[in-house]
Amino acid sequence: MKPENNTTTVEKKLLCYHCGDLCATDDIHINDKYFCCNGCKTVYEILNENNLCNYYQIEENPGVSQKKKITRNYDFLEDSTLKETLIDFSDGNNTRITFSIPQMHCSSCIWILENLYKLDPGITNSKVDFFKKILIVQFKEKETSLKGIVELLDSIGYRPDLNLEGKQSIKSSYRNKSLYYKIGVAGFAFGNIMLLSFPEYLSFTDFETTNLKEVFAYLNIILSLPVFFYSGSEYFISAYKGLRKKIVNIDVPIAIGIIVLFTRSVVDIVFGFGPGYLDSLAALVFLLLIGRLFQNKTYDALNFERNYQAYFPIAVTKIINGNETTIPLKKLKVSDRILVKSSELIPADSVLLSDHAFIDYSFVTGESNPVEIVNGDLVYAGGRQIGSAIEVEVVKEISQSYLTQLWNNKIFDKDYESRINSLVNGISKYFTVAIITIAVISALFWIPEISTALNVFTAVLIIACPCALALSTPFTLGNTLRIFGRNNFYVKNADVIERMSKVNHIVFDKTGTLTEASSNQIKFVGEPLTDKQKSLIKSLARNSSHPLSLNIYELFDVHIIEELNDFHEIPGKGIKAVIEGNIVQIGSKMFLEKMKDEKNPTLSTRVYVSINNEIKGFFNVVNNYRNSVKETIEYLEPYYKISVLSGDNDGEREQLQKFFEKEPTLLFRQSPHDKLNYIEKLQTEGDVVLMVGDGLNDAGALKQSDVGISISEDAANFSPSCDGILEAESFPKLIEFIKFSFISKKIIYISFVISFFYNVVGLSFAVQALLSPVIAAILMPVSSISVVVFTVFSTNFLAKKKGLI
Amino acid sequence: MSVILILIGFSLIIAIGFLMAYIWAVKSGQYDDNYTPSVRILFDNDKTGQEKDDDNKNHK
Repeated sequence: MKPENNTTTVEKKLLCYHCGDLCATDDIHINDKYFCCNGCKTVYEILNENNLCNYYQIEENPGVSQKKKITRNYDFLEDSTLKETLIDFSDGNNTRITFSIPQMHCSSCIWILENLYKLDPGITNSKVDFFKKILIVQFKEKETSLKGIVELLDSIGYRPDLNLEGKQSIKSSYRNKSLYYKIGVAGFAFGNIMLLSFPEYLSFTDFETTNLKEVFAYLNIILSLPVFFYSGSEYFISAYKGLRKKIVNIDVPIAIGIIVLFTRSVVDIVFGFGPGYLDSLAALVFLLLIGRLFQNKTYDALNFERNYQAYFPIAVTKIINGNETTIPLKKLKVSDRILVKSSELIPADSVLLSDHAFIDYSFVTGESNPVEIVNGDLVYAGGRQIGSAIEVEVVKEISQSYLTQLWNNKIFDKDYESRINSLVNGISKYFTVAIITIAVISALFWIPEISTALNVFTAVLIIACPCALALSTPFTLGNTLRIFGRNNFYVKNADVIERMSKVNHIVFDKTGTLTEASSNQIKFVGEPLTDKQKSLIKSLARNSSHPLSLNIYELFDVHIIEELNDFHEIPGKGIKAVIEGNIVQIGSKMFLEKMKDEKNPTLSTRVYVSINNEIKGFFNVVNNYRNSVKETIEYLEPYYKISVLSGDNDGEREQLQKFFEKEPTLLFRQSPHDKLNYIEKLQTEGDVVLMVGDGLNDAGALKQSDVGISISEDAANFSPSCDGILEAESFPKLIEFIKFSFISKKIIYISFVISFFYNVVGLSFAVQALLSPVIAAILMPVSSISVVVFTVFSTNFLAKKKGLI
Repeated sequence: MSVILILIGFSLIIAIGFLMAYIWAVKSGQYDDNYTPSVRILFDNDKTGQEKDDDNKNHK
């Protein structure tokens, strides 16, 4: 090693060998390997004992931070009914189970998870699907248990997302392979039919004289049967479904085209009129299916349809006669006593039995500061318990809780298919009417010659089959979807992009959306503190479980003094201790100045600090706005109506108003229901609403809005049901995404023009009864392919120009 | 010229064979996950490398 490197390593801050986080102290280490917390150290020890340190060679600091780790009780996994719903299959001896593991992030993770058998010999095989973030484990029931495996995974930092809801989504992602089969069949037929049609187009003399011509034509019919009845079937079904709902979607003219192509060709061949258009049919179906594949881009690891159940624990700790047992959440009943541990969610509305507790309702209401609850008060489902374990008694069924009532709203039952009114389907009605009119008129023109009239009629329907038209949208939007995905904006499906370009009103949630999720950002106001003073404060704060103390504790990056005397905590007031001869106090102003019986200004969240009876200043809880909020709003304001909804009190009104030039719509103290109703109100006024939110409290509003985007610090984790998930770091790009949705729309319009041009050329042949199979076989694929090439290239080119690729 | 019919027959059989192979590939899940195997193959090499070394030592 070079000498200068040595000096830098001394000054360099210590990074955890396991997870790469900053180490606050150098106390936790094994030989020369330092760890940020004991959790990380434990994981290292487990891996080291089993000779699995290869884990650290594949990627640097591959682990997941164990700082916020909570020891969980997995006894509920011994419950046989619950177990049955979780496992995939079991023959009593060998069992297979699929876990969803959102923490999976690098190749080291794959390596360790696929080497699980080294840690637990009962595991016969474990296999990772990285993109879906799932782990499939096969194990021997006699040698290990489900509980044992989950505990093992938890102990090495890969806590499976045990969720009945989640499992269904894993399964459903394995459904539809039929599109692949259909493409395979269509491609096979396309290649062969084309080959068999060539001699016809090149008109060899041998070919004309022998009976080869008929043989080839009949072979073509046989080959096209599976294309027509199997590969093309979904277009008939879709067209039929559309017509039954009285919607003429784009699949209607396509289905007409396919049927006419097939019957005309069969008739031509059987009666010897000509070779038919079967190669065009196969090419058409093949290309259309490829387009469908392109549009069906999915983000398997992401779940866009989460409901409240996905947020709740799968099991709760119930107290019966003073004994703790774990029961599945489903079995929880009114008047059960349960134990809620630190940072667990309250599963149902309950009454607090412990003396006092702090509940963080940010998930439910958006209110960012934890609420203090005393014995006998109600705690609502969805609140996160902060501090030491509390005991509560359930008073309402889970489905009747304050939070879950939101899901009983009709909006969650609505059939959303009907709302999709895409560009293509918008024009397909006129398109269908137009081509049928053209076909009828040109047939009437030829009417004395019945055969020519029929020929023209079918030729028009064949050539006008809107293949290029139908392909332009899936390829443009599918590609846009991919481009967005590369920028950490994951959109549920292509229709969302189309709807995004129609939006005229943008609604933001405040907490967690405009502000950063770690909303309790604390700042010290007062004379600058020395390192010594900081460590005094940190050491004192360490001894209290009050959420504000925890925040203060995390604020300073200094050493802790272990020893402290005369520690006093007066709940709701403050804490006090003597550390190294200094009297240190943290708390409300009244507490520090020993004033009594004075009104407590509840809105202020100031925490004062005094050292040796001298007030040094106070900590202030501030909302930390995302960096790009100002620019985003500045850009959006001239074009869109903007509203901001917040579950918080209006203490931030002035701060928020600074971002706006005009008078904005700012609504505070909004319950989840209020938010939903507000969106509904806007929609009845004719606005197309894009809602950007984060927590469970926005779930109703996100669902109601035309485009609901949920902001997430980590896309694999908590995000309510929505149309798109935007990773927080990409929030500044929101403007670009909206702009690009317009660009995609324009590209689609241009490709419409191109495909209409081809249609005009084709129709000019068709109406003159000049449409030979060769012209159809050339014109139809060429038009489709040129439109596809145009859309893909132009979206990529413009995305590059905008810096999105 | 009728020889061409035999050739066509053979070519169709071969093409159908490939179609079957493709359908089998989809069915057996080869299109389900096209990322993880690319990472996995690197680990396997590493591991078998070590095992080979061990094997060699044992045989010697």
